[in-house]
Amino acid sequence: MSKPALSPEAFAEQRLKKRHAAERRFKLYGQLAIGIAISFLAILLVSISSKALGAFSRHMLVVTIDQSELSQRPELTVSDLNLAVRDALLEEFPEIAADRQARIELFGLTTRLAVLPLTEEAQDDPNLFEGPVETRLALSDDLDLYLKNNIKDHESREVGRAGRFAADTSGMFRLTDADPDGFVDFQEFVEALPAPNTDILISLSGAWFELLDVAGAALELKHMAGALPDLGEQNAGRIEAIILPSSSENRKVSNRQIVFGMMLQERGKIQYRFNQSLFSNSDSTYPELAGAAAALVGSLFTMLITALFAIPVGILAAVYLEEFAKKSLLTNVIEVNINNLAAVPSIIFGLLGAAVFLNTFGMPRSVPLVGGLVLGLLVLPTIIIASRAALQSVPPSVRDAALGLGASHSQAVFHHVLPLAAPGIFTGAIIAMARALGETAPLLLIGMVAFISEVPRSPSDEATVLPVLIYKWFSGAERAWEPMTAAVIIMLLTILVGMNLVAILLRRRFERRW
Amino acid sequence: MLQTIGYLPIGWLVIAPLAAAAFFAFYFGRQRVGALTIGPTFGARLNSQPNFHGYFLAIATVLPAAFVLLMYLLFSDGFVRSTFVSELPDYLIARGPEQVDFFVNRVVEYAQSKRASTTGNLLFDASVERFSTLKGSARLTAIFLATLAGAAGFFFGRHQLSRRFPARSYVELGITSALFVCAAIAVLTTAGIVLSLVFETVRFFSLPDGPSIFEFLFGTDWNAQTGANFGAVPLFFGTLMIAFLAMLVAVPVGLFSAIYLSEYASPQFRAWVKPILELLAGIPTVVFGFFAATLIAPLVRDFAQWVNALPFTPDTLLAAQPTSALAAGLVMGVMIIPFISSLSDDVINAVPQSLRDGALAMGATKSEMIKQVILPAALPGIIAAILLGVSRAIGETMIVVMAAGGRALITLDPTSDITTVTYQIVALLTGDTAFDSARTVSAFALGFVLFGVTLLFNIIALRVVQRYREAYE
Repeated sequence: MSKPALSPEAFAEQRLKKRHAAERRFKLYGQLAIGIAISFLAILLVSISSKALGAFSRHMLVVTIDQSELSQRPELTVSDLNLAVRDALLEEFPEIAADRQARIELFGLTTRLAVLPLTEEAQDDPNLFEGPVETRLALSDDLDLYLKNNIKDHESREVGRAGRFAADTSGMFRLTDADPDGFVDFQEFVEALPAPNTDILISLSGAWFELLDVAGAALELKHMAGALPDLGEQNAGRIEAIILPSSSENRKVSNRQIVFGMMLQERGKIQYRFNQSLFSNSDSTYPELAGAAAALVGSLFTMLITALFAIPVGILAAVYLEEFAKKSLLTNVIEVNINNLAAVPSIIFGLLGAAVFLNTFGMPRSVPLVGGLVLGLLVLPTIIIASRAALQSVPPSVRDAALGLGASHSQAVFHHVLPLAAPGIFTGAIIAMARALGETAPLLLIGMVAFISEVPRSPSDEATVLPVLIYKWFSGAERAWEPMTAAVIIMLLTILVGMNLVAILLRRRFERRW
Repeated sequence: MLQTIGYLPIGWLVIAPLAAAAFFAFYFGRQRVGALTIGPTFGARLNSQPNFHGYFLAIATVLPAAFVLLMYLLFSDGFVRSTFVSELPDYLIARGPEQVDFFVNRVVEYAQSKRASTTGNLLFDASVERFSTLKGSARLTAIFLATLAGAAGFFFGRHQLSRRFPARSYVELGITSALFVCAAIAVLTTAGIVLSLVFETVRFFSLPDGPSIFEFLFGTDWNAQTGANFGAVPLFFGTLMIAFLAMLVAVPVGLFSAIYLSEYASPQFRAWVKPILELLAGIPTVVFGFFAATLIAPLVRDFAQWVNALPFTPDTLLAAQPTSALAAGLVMGVMIIPFISSLSDDVINAVPQSLRDGALAMGATKSEMIKQVILPAALPGIIAAILLGVSRAIGETMIVVMAAGGRALITLDPTSDITTVTYQIVALLTGDTAFDSARTVSAFALGFVLFGVTLLFNIIALRVVQRYREAYE
């Protein structure tokens, strides 16, 4: 033996130590597992809500339309109002009216359809445009995102004092320094910038320029917006530079649009407000105009159909299986069937809906009626199982007492057992409805992904629902869709949490221990 | 007149008169039997209470009428259509069934939109008018027949009413049958699923441009969007791979949380943590999909690029795609955690306390007791929980649609995008109405495989759970 033998006591002690270490490790694994599960939930909620925050408020462009001749028009169209909005915007920036490219960029601040609510207002009130009308239009989603996320990365810097300001032959401008070598520091700074492709904006007495080139003694500038200063000596005015975090090639908004944004914000013509349209508008191809109203109503109709179908049928089926059915092969088949049906993947129900409801019965696509029925079949087993559990928990003495006093079987069940089981049944039903509300896949297969721009008015109108809207907006290419999608998720989760809270309260309030 | 009747909204038209008839019959029946009891005659006791006579009469009235109306709802459209087609001029019929179908569909659509204006096409306008008339007369006939049936039922029922008439047994029989019908809907659903899947699958394999069963099950080329190749092996592979990744997360985390919660945790801790885990189970899958695609998938990609950039790995070791099997699998695993933990919790709690006490009395530590006594005793139940979890992972749709990508690849690289059965079903059936191309019908063949496999897992798992429960009860 090479190892010295341990005394029995030492051996036992060592072994006990090992066993206790194993015990602690094992306990730690359990704690870790719970920690992982909870932290995943926390990360999920935090990441989605932080994304959603940006979508609940947005920048609005304040435009004053002062064109009384509009009120004489018999029918105002979107184009008419768009022209008026463009005129109003040009009044803000008269200095760029001659520049075609600059005009296009200015008009890009809003989408054409942003005036739609105003058009409807004008139709209701023909005298709307008698006097000046101040209205808020949705700012384009790209500039809105830039003002939300990127403008805080602007870095401003003193350049020097202005000397001579001269026009170039090519429409550009040259600005020389007032002091000898006044721009050298700035030039060194520009050359030292880590990324060569950042853009720099220069402001000089109220006008904004893009910096094209800097040599020690002169700045080569391109006019963006703001009234031009007079050519000639600038009397050593202050020159300020703003270093943008990215170059215009790598983003959707142009440098000039950023300048417009900054100037309008300074003038109070761009306001940051609660994003009402997210709740009041229907879907749109423009993120800044899109809202979840149609999907909310669609979800409501779909849930209505699901509840009307699945809850009564589920409760009655549970009553039959629990109270009336005799043990037979048939009831056995039904039981096994229900248990298995509860675990069938939801997409299979979508296939069922597509093949049976759409193809065989010829029902219309994309309507809450069909969607509600498919979801009803989907949650039916859940409701049956929950209702049976609730019925089982009612003690047999209640039944026996009713029967003993001469009630018939169905009287005993419907007058005595069912009311006592009701809280449990409704708790189960609410949880099942919450599941149906979050379901997406089967609805995709029965065509509820169609683009719906109108709020549905009945369960047989085309509609979409919240989870499907989430999927659709998620698939949208523009970056603005992401925070909006997160915002709809928060809406959906709020409704689901509300439903579950109701279920929990119901259970607390009415639960009875026998 | 006939033409407007055909397009009145049907809902209130059916329900309101039926409800009115039911109320009337109920009160009439109750009244009538109540009148019978007046008088001091000995033995005037009713067999059933007046209410039951009322219910009986109401059922006798409404049931036949409702049956007629149901028949109308189911068959009138087909009947009107075939009558209409048989009246079409011969030269139109001669153009072939497709042209006729197209024409009829346009007529139906135009008639439904209730536009007053005419199109100017004489045949078309006449057709629209004729179709509306047919529809209206079908509905009038149905209403007439329903009234007749209801009246017949009413008079028949009224004739039955007497003191000795066992109205209650009949009513209860009716209630029981109605309950049975409700319970049978679940069976009908399964039958509907199986029948439609089998029917479409058979059609898929008999289509001229469809594959053979062998090609479908063992082919390795999947290119259904263009309708060329239908070898589903890459789909099965992707599904199993993502399910495997998911179980890699879900089983250890779920099982250990269940063990900790049931054996170590204080009641207060349990009361807090269990609802939180249930909250995780209540989050819709589309939310998990969004989470996977916007947060986890970029992380997976960055990680893969970092691995590729390591000095001792080849630069193309990992695919580092923006959507990946790993992202989908990880998040799916998180989704399944509460499922596994709550099922395992149940089975662990079902192990009798005497086994625990015995092991502890023999000097085992708690972890030894769990590992050597409780887990072996609970093993069948835990396996059943895992099987149910796998069946969920296989059938999960939104997470893979949003985070796994759509390329049919067979690769062991978890950072590559990969496709699954459910992804393909959604991709093939979204936004398409035609049920005649191999492309759309192939979704049903995939659905059939999916249904079969998950059903198998579920049956085994539920069997095990049931047997296990019996063993300890």
